Amino acid sequence: MQNRRPPAIDAQELFFKVEAKTLLDGVDLHADHGRMVGLIGPNGAGKSTFLRAISGVLRLQGGSIHLDGRDMQSLTSREVAADMAIVPQILPYTHGFTVMELVLMGRYPHLGRFQIEGKEDARIAWDAMRLTETEQFSDRRLDTLSGGERQRVIVSRALAQLPRILLLDEPTANLDVLQQLKVLGLVRELVDEGLTAIAAIHDLTLAARFCDRLVLLSEGRVLAAGQPNEILTTDRIAAAFGVEAAVYRDPNTGSLAISLIGPAEAHKPKANGRSACV
Amino acid sequence: MLRVAALSRIEVYRRAGVSVRLVLGGGVLSLLILACALVSLSLGPVGIPVSHVASVILALLGIDGGEFSRTEQLVIEQIRLPRIVVGAAVGMALGVSGATMQGLFRNPMADPGIIGVSAGGAVGAVAAIALGATGLFFLALPTFAFVGAISATFLVYGIAAVGGHFSMATLLLAGVAVNAFLGAIVSAIIILLPDNEALREILFWLAGGLDSRSWEHVRISVPLIFGGAAVITLMARDLNLLTLGDDEARSMGVRVGYMRTVLMTAAALATGAAVAVSGTIAFVGLVTPHILRLVLGPDHRVLIPMSAIGGAIFVVVADTFARTVIQPAEFRVGVLTAFVGAPFFILLLIKNKRQAYSL
Repeated sequence: MQNRRPPAIDAQELFFKVEAKTLLDGVDLHADHGRMVGLIGPNGAGKSTFLRAISGVLRLQGGSIHLDGRDMQSLTSREVAADMAIVPQILPYTHGFTVMELVLMGRYPHLGRFQIEGKEDARIAWDAMRLTETEQFSDRRLDTLSGGERQRVIVSRALAQLPRILLLDEPTANLDVLQQLKVLGLVRELVDEGLTAIAAIHDLTLAARFCDRLVLLSEGRVLAAGQPNEILTTDRIAAAFGVEAAVYRDPNTGSLAISLIGPAEAHKPKANGRSACV
Repeated sequence: MLRVAALSRIEVYRRAGVSVRLVLGGGVLSLLILACALVSLSLGPVGIPVSHVASVILALLGIDGGEFSRTEQLVIEQIRLPRIVVGAAVGMALGVSGATMQGLFRNPMADPGIIGVSAGGAVGAVAAIALGATGLFFLALPTFAFVGAISATFLVYGIAAVGGHFSMATLLLAGVAVNAFLGAIVSAIIILLPDNEALREILFWLAGGLDSRSWEHVRISVPLIFGGAAVITLMARDLNLLTLGDDEARSMGVRVGYMRTVLMTAAALATGAAVAVSGTIAFVGLVTPHILRLVLGPDHRVLIPMSAIGGAIFVVVADTFARTVIQPAEFRVGVLTAFVGAPFFILLLIKNKRQAYSL
């Protein structure tokens, strides 16, 4: 007991509801140091809400979160931000800031009240931009970049926080296939160097390939948690997503691949004019 | 974890970074405000050569310089200088508050009046004039205006915070509603008022003016305005993060609610003090941060102090025109700022649209 390191994140019985709708209904999750945990589940399952909850943005109505054995309630938002960064799904308004300015903002939790970013901060920001190959945009305004370029800039900002825990909400949603592989590959590389990552990922094949553990959410509850090959079974995919799928080991990548065949029997829409047209 | 990178490239950026922009921008704008003030001091019904103006100012600072007459000294010390100082302070408050509101509301169309300060000040002032309270004590009018301004802001803020869940969208809408309501009160008072003299006084106040401002006006407004501007300047980095959204800011370690309350209170106090001594001066708070953002970028650590000086220049120049163009009569500075500011702003919008940039 004494010499065992507490998990990077230990969330228990998280409960959150807005008016009558329960978004998190007793969700547990723990992530060990140096592991990448994937959150999967259909739209509205509570993936984003869960990530916002552990990032400390939501005011939870129940449950507890421990970072490295420390109760998050006892930490200031600054202390949390020095340890944990989040890559949000969308960043709709950026007030005309340039890429460099935005990435430098990631240094906020590490700077004193009246401190201006120094050379070291600029170096960290620059390194973070190089990792996502966004350094060529450093002087551009964020609102002049494409969706995928912006997404990578936001990843850089999170990296400039030098977090030990990285939360990612659909980090590949706006990216082309090459960038999807690059961004997830980068996160995986950092995880292998000791970072802990929790990522909500829609693409089941990518989730299976890059994550050590998967947590399957549905309607605010954890349906299953474990290694990808335990979680991603034909039955579970049908139950959670309503999709008939083939799960097999892809000889080219060596990891699980999921082929989505079509809506599962129980969920198939009745034959009508629309499906006939297709 | 992260690899070492090319330092030279960063050096270049850093040099063009916050400190450089502050020093360069601050230097240029400071020289500009000094020059404007000197010219403004020399203009008026009694023309005073700039060299004499400089001598009077030096004498005020205890340095014996060139020659000037007793009249020139009186005109400058007792009439023009306090007026210019009040004008500069008012411009400073409007510029800083405008930049703050545009940041907090994530909207370049926001201005200091968005949270009800100006409309509240107007109701306070109009009520004081209509009730004949202006003669009750010295500076009764600014006092009433200030109380009105701050009460209106608290009302708007209170509406947005009802139920413990604060929302910027509610704040914006509450501001619109309260502004409309207070505007209706002012109109009602004007319509119902039988006294023509008071009516004229009200219209003058509403058009914003700096005529016959004294050192007393300086004394009551400058501490609040400087205090508010200083607080906002020190929180400029937090304001940067707040522009990205509450969740964003919070996830990077900003105490969102606390920072927002402090920033808004500081902006409201400064604007309230400005409205109290000048009436409503349109457009300065909207245009000044806008133009400076185009030149210096959106970083509030640069933008806030520069908007302070920029706003001061705007009001001092506008007021100089207001009191000299139709001598011996006087134009209202609030009318002039909108008259010149609005077309200029429209030009700017059109030009930016063509460049396919959105502010």
